[in-house]
Amino acid sequence: MAQQHPPPGGGAALRSGVLHRHPRLRLGLLLGPPMLWLGVLYLGSLAALFITSLWSVDAFGGNIERIWNLDNYRDLFTLDVYRTITVRTLLIAASVTVIDAVLAFPVALYMAKVASPRLQRILVIAVLTPLWASYLVKAYAWRGMFASGGPLDSVGISPGYGLAATVLTLSYLWLPYMILPMYAGLERLPGSLIEASADLGAGTATTMRRVVLPVLFPAAVAGSIFTFSLTLGDYIAVKIVGGANQMLGNVVYDSFLTGNNLPFAAAVATIPVAAMLVYLAAVRRTGALDSL
Amino acid sequence: MSTAAVELVGLSKSFGDVTAVDGVDLTIRDGEFFSMLGPSGSGKTTVLRMIAGFEQPTSGSVHLAGQDVTGRPPFARDVNTVFQDYALFPHMDVLANVEYGLRVKKVPRPERRERAMAALDSVQLGDLAARRPTQLSGGQRQRVALARALVNRPRVLLLDEPLGALDLKLRRAMQLELKQIQREVGITFVFVTHDQEEALTMSDRIAVFRDGRIEQVATPADLYESPTSPFVAGFVGTSNLLDGGAAQTVVGRPGMFSIRPEKIHLGDDVRDGDATAPGVVQDVVYLGSVNHYLVELDAGPTLTVLRQNLRGTTDEAMALRGQRVTVGWAPEHVIELGPHQQLEKEES
Repeated sequence: MAQQHPPPGGGAALRSGVLHRHPRLRLGLLLGPPMLWLGVLYLGSLAALFITSLWSVDAFGGNIERIWNLDNYRDLFTLDVYRTITVRTLLIAASVTVIDAVLAFPVALYMAKVASPRLQRILVIAVLTPLWASYLVKAYAWRGMFASGGPLDSVGISPGYGLAATVLTLSYLWLPYMILPMYAGLERLPGSLIEASADLGAGTATTMRRVVLPVLFPAAVAGSIFTFSLTLGDYIAVKIVGGANQMLGNVVYDSFLTGNNLPFAAAVATIPVAAMLVYLAAVRRTGALDSL
Repeated sequence: MSTAAVELVGLSKSFGDVTAVDGVDLTIRDGEFFSMLGPSGSGKTTVLRMIAGFEQPTSGSVHLAGQDVTGRPPFARDVNTVFQDYALFPHMDVLANVEYGLRVKKVPRPERRERAMAALDSVQLGDLAARRPTQLSGGQRQRVALARALVNRPRVLLLDEPLGALDLKLRRAMQLELKQIQREVGITFVFVTHDQEEALTMSDRIAVFRDGRIEQVATPADLYESPTSPFVAGFVGTSNLLDGGAAQTVVGRPGMFSIRPEKIHLGDDVRDGDATAPGVVQDVVYLGSVNHYLVELDAGPTLTVLRQNLRGTTDEAMALRGQRVTVGWAPEHVIELGPHQQLEKEES
């Protein structure tokens, strides 16, 4: 029928008719390019990373030898220095996440439930603006803060360059990523829930503990995914304010650039990936992802 | 004479330059079903929120059972609220929601479980205790909200348009059920609504709100039969207003009067002793069990006349359109709405 009586719109209408009758084709055309991007470029590069980590480097020529072995992983797990760096990196990521959550909660609560609509908009802009500034500028600004003779030192509270400085700097850098999901979560929390809790006899602290925090939990988890993963992969802040300390990112960087050992760098890089997968699985078990 | 459950003295509330509540004095008796009726923006919900403690009055005071509670936070007042949007905690199941008030008051677990289950049973939701609020229908959520408030055995239960989101049939059923529950538990209910039929159905007494003030406080029958202002006459039921020259011609004296549509007799129904007036039927509205006749009196105003469809056919009723008729009413059914000058205020 369609061939005998082509629709009046000509070719374009005919084509859209084909798309209309074949939903699978439509879906394929719509999702094909992004799926290709995700599948080939993203997962493909991850796979390449993992495969590379199972190769080794010729000790003399520095060329990659495509011989399957687990030597890189054996080194990672048996040499104390790498274990220390892994634990340190995870602890830094956890500290940054906790500090950001503690700092972000009152800010987000004020933005979502107390501030006037006008002030609310101003605060959202204020939270977003630092994301426009260069990472390096912010990190070096903190280096100046921690420097001996710098502002913090002159009032006697500078921790100096080291892990504490690294944690503080990273907490500052990733704070917006915690505030924004918490703000969104609190904005969705109806004010009547807080009133109902008070009405039923709960004081402010009880209302926070039993109503606000549980409802906010998924939002906090969403924020923690950002702060945790961004910290795991970071290697610049620790170079600028961390003194002689190293994080996993530095090991990857140095193995590749200084040591010319791409397979070992790849093996180290799988640690944060694995840590993130474990973290996401744990989060999934809490059910927090369902309500995102 | 028992003490008043709620007493409001000179209660006012302003939000910026908007005066939401303007000098409300009100006494709600112990154990009564009291409704606050008014159009949206008339201040009734703000008054309720001040009784609950969610809003602080700009001036005036709130007394519960003889005690001044004006400065007290919501959790230190012996009242509970059923919210318009129910405000059930989404992260708790139905039982935990109902237990919440007892839990924060540190009632031991076995007792609070028992009381919560009893409360759920009283609203026929005992077998849904393990559900989440999102798995319930609107009517079920409404019952959970009611059980959650009642389980605390408050002195006063505040209800903020709790039936507003339900469909008409469920609403009617819940009206009767609420009234029945109130009789059983004997707790004072303060019920906010903009639906005059709902208020008439359930209440012992009703306060009609308008622009932040109370127009009249009366029993449903008094409110309907003896409204003291044109606003109340018009808001509670349909009213036929007669004033100015029409009042002089039809009623025989100046003033403002109202006659309820069902009290007006049409044509053959006019009885001996009725006051009468001639007019023309402008329109007939068929409503199934009753018809509304819009009769324009020769004296000016148009009256709505309600007649039950007891005899004759619908065609006969419709044929009255455009006909000259006489309408009549018993003189005692003319409601006098007070002095004439109130109309000027009404029109300004």
